[in-house]
Amino acid sequence: MVACQSEIMSPQKRNKDSGVLEVRFVADAEVLDHIVDKQEGVKVVKNSVQKLVTLKSPEENGKAGDEEDQDVFDEQHYVEALGTAAEGAENGSAGTGGSAVFTFQNIKRSNKMAQMASEWARTPGKSVTFSTPDAPDEVTSPPRAAKRQASQNKTPQKGKKVQFVSTTPHRLRKRLSAPNLKSDSDSDFSPSNSEEEEEDEDDNTEEKRAVTEVAPKTPSKAAAAALYKTPAKRAKNTPEPNLVEEYFEAHSSSKVLTSDRTLQRLQTPRLDQETLCRLLDGKPSCYADEIGQLNEDHEKHFSKWMLQLQLGFSVLLYGLGSKRQLLESFRTSMLSDSVHLVINGFFPSITLKSVLNDITGEVLDHSGSFRTPMDQMDFIIRALREDPDFHVYLIIHNIDGPMLRGEKTQQTLGQLASIPNMHLLASIDHINAPLVWDQSKMSLFNWLWYETTTYLPYVEETSYENSLLVQQSGALALSSLTHVLRSLTPNARGIFRLLAEFQLENKDNPTYTGLSFQDFYQRCREAFLVNSDITLRTQLTEFRDHKLIRTKKGADGVEYLLIPVDVGTLTDFLEKETE
Amino acid sequence: MTTTSVSKGCFVFKPSAKVKKRKLDAEDYFTNGSEDCENSKERFRLCQDMLDKMKSETELVQDELNKMILDSLLEFIRKSATSFLSREDDWASHMRASEIPTAALVLGVNVNDHDMTFQSLSDRLQQSVTPFVVSVQAKECTVVRHLLQKVLQRLMGMSVSMNEDEEEGSTDVPQKRVHCSLRALCDWYKTVSKKPSGISPGKKRSSSEMEFPAHPPIILIFKDLEAFSPRVLQDLILICSQYTQELPLLFIFGIATSPSTIQRMLPHSVTSLLCIKLFQSSSCTQHLATVIDKLVLTSQFLFKPSGKVLQVLVGLFLYHDFSVCNFIKGFKLSMLEHFHSQPLSVLCCKKEDALARAERLSHQEVERVRQLPSFMRYVEEQEPQEQVELLTNDEHVKEVCQKLLKSLRKYHKNYFPILRCLHELTASLPKYPLGKQIRELHVTCLERKVWETEEYETALQLLRLLAKDELVSVLHKCIEILNPGKTKKIREALRQLQDFTAKFQQLDACTDSSAVEMHTEGGEGDTASGHSLQKKTDLFHLQKTLLQMKESCRTKKRSPFELLRNQAVEYIDGLVRMHLTPPESQPLYEVCYYTSSGTLRRHLNATPRTSIQTALSHPYYYLQNEALRSEAGAISSAAPDICIAYKLHLECGRLINLYDWLEAYTTVVSAAKSDSPDPSEKGKVDEVRHARFIRAVSELEFLGFVKSTKQKTDHVARLTWGGC
Repeated sequence: MVACQSEIMSPQKRNKDSGVLEVRFVADAEVLDHIVDKQEGVKVVKNSVQKLVTLKSPEENGKAGDEEDQDVFDEQHYVEALGTAAEGAENGSAGTGGSAVFTFQNIKRSNKMAQMASEWARTPGKSVTFSTPDAPDEVTSPPRAAKRQASQNKTPQKGKKVQFVSTTPHRLRKRLSAPNLKSDSDSDFSPSNSEEEEEDEDDNTEEKRAVTEVAPKTPSKAAAAALYKTPAKRAKNTPEPNLVEEYFEAHSSSKVLTSDRTLQRLQTPRLDQETLCRLLDGKPSCYADEIGQLNEDHEKHFSKWMLQLQLGFSVLLYGLGSKRQLLESFRTSMLSDSVHLVINGFFPSITLKSVLNDITGEVLDHSGSFRTPMDQMDFIIRALREDPDFHVYLIIHNIDGPMLRGEKTQQTLGQLASIPNMHLLASIDHINAPLVWDQSKMSLFNWLWYETTTYLPYVEETSYENSLLVQQSGALALSSLTHVLRSLTPNARGIFRLLAEFQLENKDNPTYTGLSFQDFYQRCREAFLVNSDITLRTQLTEFRDHKLIRTKKGADGVEYLLIPVDVGTLTDFLEKETE
Repeated sequence: MTTTSVSKGCFVFKPSAKVKKRKLDAEDYFTNGSEDCENSKERFRLCQDMLDKMKSETELVQDELNKMILDSLLEFIRKSATSFLSREDDWASHMRASEIPTAALVLGVNVNDHDMTFQSLSDRLQQSVTPFVVSVQAKECTVVRHLLQKVLQRLMGMSVSMNEDEEEGSTDVPQKRVHCSLRALCDWYKTVSKKPSGISPGKKRSSSEMEFPAHPPIILIFKDLEAFSPRVLQDLILICSQYTQELPLLFIFGIATSPSTIQRMLPHSVTSLLCIKLFQSSSCTQHLATVIDKLVLTSQFLFKPSGKVLQVLVGLFLYHDFSVCNFIKGFKLSMLEHFHSQPLSVLCCKKEDALARAERLSHQEVERVRQLPSFMRYVEEQEPQEQVELLTNDEHVKEVCQKLLKSLRKYHKNYFPILRCLHELTASLPKYPLGKQIRELHVTCLERKVWETEEYETALQLLRLLAKDELVSVLHKCIEILNPGKTKKIREALRQLQDFTAKFQQLDACTDSSAVEMHTEGGEGDTASGHSLQKKTDLFHLQKTLLQMKESCRTKKRSPFELLRNQAVEYIDGLVRMHLTPPESQPLYEVCYYTSSGTLRRHLNATPRTSIQTALSHPYYYLQNEALRSEAGAISSAAPDICIAYKLHLECGRLINLYDWLEAYTTVVSAAKSDSPDPSEKGKVDEVRHARFIRAVSELEFLGFVKSTKQKTDHVARLTWGGC
């Protein structure tokens, strides 16, 4: 099938050169993609075909006047039809197909984002298609030209490293790379500069951007390109399928072309957590009505969830938006009469041990301790089996949280979920979350998936995250502690341990300022951990670099060492270490 | 009490003991939210019954399937156990004795189902061979010490609990801190194996145990051999081989992949200590076929999945896990959904109950019946007088309902035998035009009229070409299938088919004479036409002759066998057209059939990432606000912050400059607010917008689209590929 399809998908373009019809060649595969992408349902396929036909006919009549409006209108219908059909069709759980989600990496230009944003902004309130081909003259948009000048000045210093980067817009290049334009297709590569030093990276990107601007103006592209062409590249001249070409082009360079501007340019580069909260709290959320409606829909499922939990399934919620509120309201409305646990998987210091301890200690009222988590599990299983009328509900917010991702943790949680009178509700958010379960774990959990897109902000969940944009308070999470420590030598771990233990011994002492360096050295020597004070200093420098410790000069000029972590986390950490 | 805290991640809630309310159970949750309480209670009971029935059915299937292999396994174990007892002092048995008898049980990749098999295996072993059966899993034994500990604990712990009722506390098996070694096990075994003879036979519990031989073997089951670390296994086997004289040890390896794993995991020096016998369990596809046979392809089981639902379930099985357990789980879910969502499923019960229930339909339920699409179709087909009656008179509807339920029942009773017959007839045809498995044929029949498909046409053509002995043998098989003859129509069909086979046999007798002359006649014609062909070379004449030959072929008298064969095939075609109509054509089919395959797929095989990405790129899909409406591939600038940030980040490569991102974001957002950003004020960003951007980015980080990186200052790395 070869379809000649007029450019129906980009109204922008048509607005620009109104009346001029553009007919482009559309391959079978693309047409198929176009149809298949939208929906799998037969119904929809039919629909889209119909729409395509109705769109085509007015254009062919050649009435340039009001047909554009008609088209836009028709397009809306088209999308609407797709949308409703998708809802109607049974399998239409989501509007995008797999091919839209899992694609190859393609080439990105450094200034694409800003360009698109400005384009977007130029048509406020109106939606803009992203697939609009960028015309060559748009590459140098006026507001950015001035900034460019500055960077261009730098170029001569390192002239020998000037590299060529093609800025020809992607679509255009596709057309150019047709066989009859072979000379032009020479420019179809981006240089691989992986051999260059790391510290040159910043300069390089500067230059690249400079060239980016220059390149289109150079008349003899081929000559410029030839300078940097390696023999291997020459072999690439033969026209290849576009997808393959794109893939290699995208992967050919290990360097990424981004601008060098930093957040320091802002007047307030980083906001701290409090300001952030204050700013966000005051602002009413947009689309509150629709979001409320969505959540109400989800809440209708509550009794069904209870039923399915009773029958041995576990319920798993996924979808965009925080599901904390939803689970909280489930908890308060359905579980107020039964024993239940709430586990915040996003909490950076949650451990399996603390969960199991809470179950044995508080739920089952067992005061003893256990040697291994395995024993503890056995105990829980036995205790719950003896009393089949005793139901325990587990609610895990973010079962894919960083501290619960471990294979063993998930295995144990699965075992918990498979106990007949233990019922589990959980939520996931990470896009790769399902990867933590293999088939046998899946069958332990016995999940029933529920899509609960809420669009609610992840306030609680992200509050522990160390974002680049937020001023750090210096608090360290348990996970980062364990991860850094795991990569150290046993001696280094011993040193850190010594310090941690000392700090725990003094946890009740309010005037404790830290362990003095000399004291620490003495202790380390006694434990055969270091043999000279230089070794210890090197080690401490490493700790400091990882922000594991903080040093403070005391009144007497002596250095005091302190682990900037709260007592609970430190205890947890030591427990984990001893395991 | 809140569930947020900066120092705690786990919160326990216990209801206060004073307000002890009646605990709600599954039934209450089932009825919750539906207006007709009685109705849903009934439905829940039906569902419960059905679930129980299904459970017992599947267990039965499982048992039957495993019976063969378990029996041979038991036989092997008994034999090796007796060989240990009757050991003489000759040289050969000494040689053999240092080997540990081992059964390698190849179970297939559907690991989820193995637990069932092992459970029934160890149950049967404990019933008939030995009380000492220990199963271990790889995850509990990372070192030999743990493995031994587990084994000893389970063996001795069990014996302690067994003897408890007999003599309280006097058991001197130190349970807690036995020195974990095989020596300890030996000592323990000696004391235990002596005991049974000392116990007085009057004890209740010993009645079953007395059947065991004096020295019952100790059986160690390794559930997942592949997952064990080879070192642990090697060490254990080496240690155990030293004790073969004193302990009748026996291993069972559960293998998921192939028997060669044993060779790969264990060196020759170790495998030589084992006397391995291989047992191959039945494949999971066979298991599935039996389960489907028992649950779906029967009129006994009233709940029916529609073609699409069945396809979803089978698809999950074939493309995801090969797990029969999961298939049953899906079946269970669809049943639950059916009874939960379809109020009229109250009628999905035994014949008498269903008729009685139809008598008692409430007005509301009658209304529901009237709204069923299948019932509406039925009404349209009736006479106008009858139509009015059906739409106004409740009593009349009830009567009609009873009639329709009966006919639905009959339809099923006819459908399945004929389906099996058709499968029997077509399953041996070349290229399997109607599918190898009966479930494929079943799905086709459920989806559309099977006789309108091309595949059916080819199948019939192929049937018309079958040789006699083949045809007769499949007809015989069909007769066997139809044999009980539950309904009138089936009995009729049975009689006809028997007629046909009888006629074929008669042919046998009479063709002996006629065949010869037929043959010579045909031969003559052939040579004659061949001869004439050779003579004429003109193209026109050639064409003419060929046409003539074709004509003659068509009109040529067929042999009686061919005629009879065509008759038989015609008759079968007629049967198919009569009985294998899709269920949609039956009024009230909604009572039994669950059709919502989409729901099932969403709950069992969800695509979380697609959902998240749809929500990000097409917010209108979820938030039906006009401001968000946009063309495909585009997004409104009034979209939620995270959607805008996401769309912008799609335009970037591996690294994203935060400043640029922020700038682009503010450009878009301020455009949406239609207050033009002031370009002269460089570096000044509205605080609220800044904060919103920060939140959007950290949410994207939380979702796993970006992560912070040290490669370049103020950059984040992108973690996904692809663009818009």
